[in-house]
Amino acid sequence: MAPQSVSEVVAVLSEHGDRAKLLAGGTDIIVQLREGLREADVVVDIKKIAEVTSFKYCDENGLSLGAAVACYNLYEHPQLSKLYGALADSTHIIGGWQIQSRASVGGNLCNASPAADSIPALIALNATAVIAGPSGERSVAVEEFCTGPGRNVLENGELLVSLQIPAQGANCGSAYERFIPRNEMDIAVVGVGSWVKLADDGTIAEAKIGLGAVAATPLVAEAASASLIGKEPTEETFAAAGELAKQIATPISDMRGTDEYRTHLVGVLVKRTLTTAVERAQSS
Amino acid sequence: MTSTQYRVIGSRPVRHDGADKVTGKAIYTADTKLPGMLAGFVLRSPHAHAKVVSIDTSEAEATPGVHAVVTGKDFPNVENKMADLGEGSVNLAYLSSNCMAQQKVLYRGHAVAAVAATDVHIAEAAAKKIKVEYEVLDSVTWVLDAMKEDAPLLHDDLVTDSMGDKAENPSNVPVHLHFEKGDAAKAFEEADVIVEREFKTATVHQGYIEPHAVVADYNEDGRLRIWTATQGSFTARQQTAEVLQIPLGNVLVTPCEIGGGFGGKITVYLEPTAAILSKKSGRPVRITMTRADVFEASGPTPGSFMRVKIGAKNDGTMIAGEAWLAYDAGAYPGGMIGPGCMCVFSCYDIEHAVVDGYDVCLNKPKTSAYRAPGATQVAFATEQLVDELAAKLGMCELEIRQKNAVKEGSRRVDGPVYPPIGLEECLQAVQESDHWNTPLEGPNRGRGIAAGFWFGCGLKSSAACTVNSDGTINLLEGSTDIGGSRTSIAMQLAEVLGLEADDINPMVGDTDTAGYTDVTGGSRVTFATGMAAYEAGRDLQQQMKTLAADLWDCSADEITVGEDGAFTGAGKTVGFKELATELFQAGEHLVGRATVSPECPTNGFGAQIADIEVDPETGKVTVLRYTTIQDAGKAIHPSYVEGQLQGGTVQGIGWALNEEYFYKDDDTMANASFLDYRMPTMLDVPMIDTIIVETGNPDHPYGVRGVGETPIVPPPAALANAIFNATDTRMTELPMSPPKLWKAMQSKQTSE
Repeated sequence: MAPQSVSEVVAVLSEHGDRAKLLAGGTDIIVQLREGLREADVVVDIKKIAEVTSFKYCDENGLSLGAAVACYNLYEHPQLSKLYGALADSTHIIGGWQIQSRASVGGNLCNASPAADSIPALIALNATAVIAGPSGERSVAVEEFCTGPGRNVLENGELLVSLQIPAQGANCGSAYERFIPRNEMDIAVVGVGSWVKLADDGTIAEAKIGLGAVAATPLVAEAASASLIGKEPTEETFAAAGELAKQIATPISDMRGTDEYRTHLVGVLVKRTLTTAVERAQSS
Repeated sequence: MTSTQYRVIGSRPVRHDGADKVTGKAIYTADTKLPGMLAGFVLRSPHAHAKVVSIDTSEAEATPGVHAVVTGKDFPNVENKMADLGEGSVNLAYLSSNCMAQQKVLYRGHAVAAVAATDVHIAEAAAKKIKVEYEVLDSVTWVLDAMKEDAPLLHDDLVTDSMGDKAENPSNVPVHLHFEKGDAAKAFEEADVIVEREFKTATVHQGYIEPHAVVADYNEDGRLRIWTATQGSFTARQQTAEVLQIPLGNVLVTPCEIGGGFGGKITVYLEPTAAILSKKSGRPVRITMTRADVFEASGPTPGSFMRVKIGAKNDGTMIAGEAWLAYDAGAYPGGMIGPGCMCVFSCYDIEHAVVDGYDVCLNKPKTSAYRAPGATQVAFATEQLVDELAAKLGMCELEIRQKNAVKEGSRRVDGPVYPPIGLEECLQAVQESDHWNTPLEGPNRGRGIAAGFWFGCGLKSSAACTVNSDGTINLLEGSTDIGGSRTSIAMQLAEVLGLEADDINPMVGDTDTAGYTDVTGGSRVTFATGMAAYEAGRDLQQQMKTLAADLWDCSADEITVGEDGAFTGAGKTVGFKELATELFQAGEHLVGRATVSPECPTNGFGAQIADIEVDPETGKVTVLRYTTIQDAGKAIHPSYVEGQLQGGTVQGIGWALNEEYFYKDDDTMANASFLDYRMPTMLDVPMIDTIIVETGNPDHPYGVRGVGETPIVPPPAALANAIFNATDTRMTELPMSPPKLWKAMQSKQTSE
């Protein structure tokens, strides 16, 4: 079914509970249903609802991104792709361009994969998830949204309506990078999103780093982020932040890499994404 | 021979099947639809090794929409009899129980039952209602572990055959091979420099894009018709008939268009099962594998352990070689250890050598052929040692190869003496190439080279050509067309008859229409089926001479056929088409035919140059530039030769850098999908440059050598040598994936 409003969706979800699944781009849920990884009696298409499929930016409130807005809208947007570098980076590598034409950032978040490419970027950019449910609307910081692999904070009857991402002033820059063994068609062995705001003297005023694929959920590297404040943006500073970020990584060993290798990559990617984020801040 | 000017051979006509392939009209097995057709689903073992205690199919059989269920008890008992597969042979009892498990399952993915229903979803749901009681057994997936005395035994009745001597106690090692020439032990004592290392390689899959598929229709009169994705319709017919214990002549196999095989579509997996489901249900049945099925239950190529040693004199002459090789056979005996032993020193003229090889059963799918089966592994070992030897002797890595390269008269460790071959010419082409002569600059970069060999076989081929009234030709042959062989065969017929490639309509016949033809494998089709087409053309010319003699009122001996295919006699010269039309109008119609079975190998040698860059922080390798050089004897259609060179090289690059069967603690495969089984994408390899060397094969009318397989042999070695030159780190284990290369670089730094 394809309801016309958020309240209709809430009603359907409340009625069917776990047996109802939402369809935005469908690039995860259709595969999961087909492979028997998830089951559903009702699949609810949310792409008929304006506030879920639209996005708008203003200098005061930043970006309001409907949960079903497809990836390509971000990286093809001349202004947004510059302002939200980390998000442009990540939406550009989620699947191929066919997938990016359907898959949404909101869906990527709700699917709650520890290796999701958009989540470390959203964390770094300080995004908030706006959730509608039977008892009205609530907001949750993106880093609190995922509760385990494939699990999130959404309660019975709730859906993600939009993501609110703060405005990007001058001297802000962000970047996302993942490591994959090939150059395409792959899932992040480790993914890191970094955001910085530079002070007028060129030192780092604010920073936030998000890590993917190194724990059951994407993480905020708090100590690493804090270590940057007030520092000159140098290779040594970035490397030190990388070392701190490595300390919170608790990755598994699997066919994509050993825990030792993944932990090492956290340091490498923190350094690389900070370098890019600072370059972008300096040129913004 | 190479200086001969040909009209058609060496040109690049559009392939005859091109339009059908690019417009989607070509019929593949899964496109085949028959009235009343059912869909089959195969239930597979979740365990790596288990006894099948009982199977209860009652609930599946009672499911609405289900027409038939089969298990191992529906398969006839077959004896331990060997059946020829064309390139290799198979024990029928093993073949049968690989198609459907009897008392034991030997790998995850091993078929235990199958269901035919009105659609595949019903079949799958019903199959999941089949209750299989397993008694899980200890399993083993590493070749050296499987050789241990206390290893879990896969087959209670299997004893080691060591060059004819049978062992007393059962083991997982069906075969121990031993080859030697000269006195290797003494030669090592006389060597000035010795290099020795141990190497490991992971199990890898051919990765053909089309999963295995079959349609079977068992008729009331006992005739069985099969449409299948196979590299050899005649071997598929034989295997199916033998496993089902029905007369060979009752089986018709139609080879559909095929989406890649690389050696993996010679053994039958689904055909007997589909046939029994069809017999039981009275309806045609189609079964297609999923990608996970393909990885877990078809035939990958062996993982291996190798210890290789080479000794040389100070002047760089290699005098002694020793190799100890253990290859996965998979669940049943009969892996690729034979060619591994024969190829380990196949590129170098080493006077004294000894080779021991072990075929080892373990809880992985039964291995199958994969492009030069068994040769890539040993090249990974030998070609790295040759580089090390050169470094120790202060020689250039190309120079040491040129100094020791095999040539006409060199004897391989397993006996054969080479006829004229082209390794020296390939190495000369390396030396003269733009790639070799362009310096590689920049940090973390390295260049590596390696040589490679594959036998290339002849085997049996047939061809028949029917002449149309306008002088064009319908060519009927039996080689499944994987790499453009319709065209490369047709071109040879066109050349001999003085026609153009598009005057020939080549058709791949089924087993009722085409003459017996062995598999598309062993790099043999353009060589042997091409030779059959050539001979069929000659047969046609003989017939035409006799008939023209009547027409022209002269003796057949007076009529000659020119290089351009024109007939001259009785004072006139008439072209092929003109004469064919004339004869047709005179009431004569023509069919030329030939069967050939050349026994000689075609001996394909090659050499490759790789430039790479390593990311020192992640261990990721980027291939910057790559050149593949090969002796094709004579390239019939150079574009297809280049395609084979590029395709084989890219598969070799994948094998080198990322591909592997990754096993979990319970010995089941963790990465049975194209997401986590990482074959290279188009973004992972540069354009592969090619150089075709043509030394001419004296055993073929146009000098053809097989080219399909050799290109996959050098890449892992060439890349390992390049990685060493970039990082000073010697990689002895495949794949050289980022985590492994990073770890190796770390260990090296720590130890320094």
